[in-house]
Amino acid sequence: MHSASRISRQTWKFQRDIRLLGAGVATGPLEGQGPLAKEFDCVFDDAYAGEESWEKAERKLMEQAVQAAMKKSGVTAEQIDVMLAGDLLNQIITSNYTARDHQFPLLGQFGACSTSMQGLAIASALVDGGFTQYALTGCSSHNSTAERQFRYPTEYGGQKPPYAQWTVTGAGASVVGIGQNGPRVTHATIGKVTDMGIKDPFDMGSAMAPAAADTLVTHFEDLGRTPEDYDLIVTGDLGKVGSAILQDLMKETGYDLSSRYNDCGLMIFSSDQDVFSGGSGCASSAVVVYSHILNALNAGRYQRVFVVATGALFSPVSFQQGESIPCIAHGVVLERVNGI
Amino acid sequence: MAGNQVKERKSLSLDKGTYSKKADQYKPKKNIWWNSLKAFLVGGLICGIGQAISNFYITFFDFTERTAGNPTVATLIFISVLLTGFGVYDNIGQFAGAGSAVPVTGFGNSVAATAIEHRSEGYVLGVAGNMFKLAGSVIVFGVVAAFIVALVKKLLFLI
Repeated sequence: MHSASRISRQTWKFQRDIRLLGAGVATGPLEGQGPLAKEFDCVFDDAYAGEESWEKAERKLMEQAVQAAMKKSGVTAEQIDVMLAGDLLNQIITSNYTARDHQFPLLGQFGACSTSMQGLAIASALVDGGFTQYALTGCSSHNSTAERQFRYPTEYGGQKPPYAQWTVTGAGASVVGIGQNGPRVTHATIGKVTDMGIKDPFDMGSAMAPAAADTLVTHFEDLGRTPEDYDLIVTGDLGKVGSAILQDLMKETGYDLSSRYNDCGLMIFSSDQDVFSGGSGCASSAVVVYSHILNALNAGRYQRVFVVATGALFSPVSFQQGESIPCIAHGVVLERVNGI
Repeated sequence: MAGNQVKERKSLSLDKGTYSKKADQYKPKKNIWWNSLKAFLVGGLICGIGQAISNFYITFFDFTERTAGNPTVATLIFISVLLTGFGVYDNIGQFAGAGSAVPVTGFGNSVAATAIEHRSEGYVLGVAGNMFKLAGSVIVFGVVAAFIVALVKKLLFLI
């Protein structure tokens, strides 16, 4: 049974009927003015979410997402065997406090903006292996906490380049378990760290596109699949620049994504919102996947979706020291189970 | 995977040396001329306002051209701190770039923005301990450069 689960070094196949039972999404005001706002469970009209600090606001977002996920999956806090969550802040502090408040056994995750799919893959593996009955996975990000962590104070008058991205203020969480309802989690492809020498922390799209391409190619080759096997292939937050690079890289390798590709960072904001090259952050993928894409799968608009969340694994110190930005991308396949 | 698959495995061909140049082609180009013009006009406007403030102090108060410098700078900094607090200065900065960052108003903004940001960590370690994080290098290099220039001037005078 174990060798059937390990398709290759990087690709896993889940043997049991792993389901995404329910998910919750909470966002800040800017995302609430975007095209997908109606599908979010909770939208705050103030980036502070009524709290005293940005960090507390991010915690509130994650709290709301977790509550909605538990409610929609019909699983109570006591039934959650483990929480796999992360965020962009030092020591993934948002996740730590959320797990403390609910007393969830916690396995903190750091994958930068790839955390959503990293968490979902591992949650599915734990359920598949019989270690966990119900696993909660999620992630959060906040524009102001991320700017404080990685770039400049929010009110600083520095000029951002046009290819910069806008960290999504939001959180997404889901409950994974066996059977019942929701789309099935069938496969996961775990990414390797890819570093093509990009050093500009405002240029995340260029840095992350090779990682996404690497995971996509590995996935297709491991399973003998092509883009046509999926109704939708979506990346987490490559933005305008990164997604253009990705599509060309894939075409050069012999895979044409164009008709079925999209990027969560481009889906979460509308084109008239002032977000430069598109959304970024852990929440970019989580918010879109755990609302819009999940709804589409449940409604039958998609049969099979491959979500590739992309992360930039740099630190505020590393780029100041002139180091390049290493990136990673993790992918999870979600499949609608017909007749549900 | 089927053991008898003869198909060669496709792989990405990416070269670290050339990728950066390749990625540059996808980035939207900064319009240098337009950006320079915006910076020039906004920077000039700020200096013009500064001159008006100086003239105001000279005309209506007991200042000379020499002594009006300090209250002018103080007034400009006060205005930039106010605009930072109102959340307006970063919008000006996105438009003007160096035009609003280089004048003393940019200095005021960098200190105020950082002070506001770190309020949540308390007044001593948070606000006071962090507020010169961005402006610190301006102060250090400004003071050191002034010292060296003064030293050179003195030495030249001796020769």
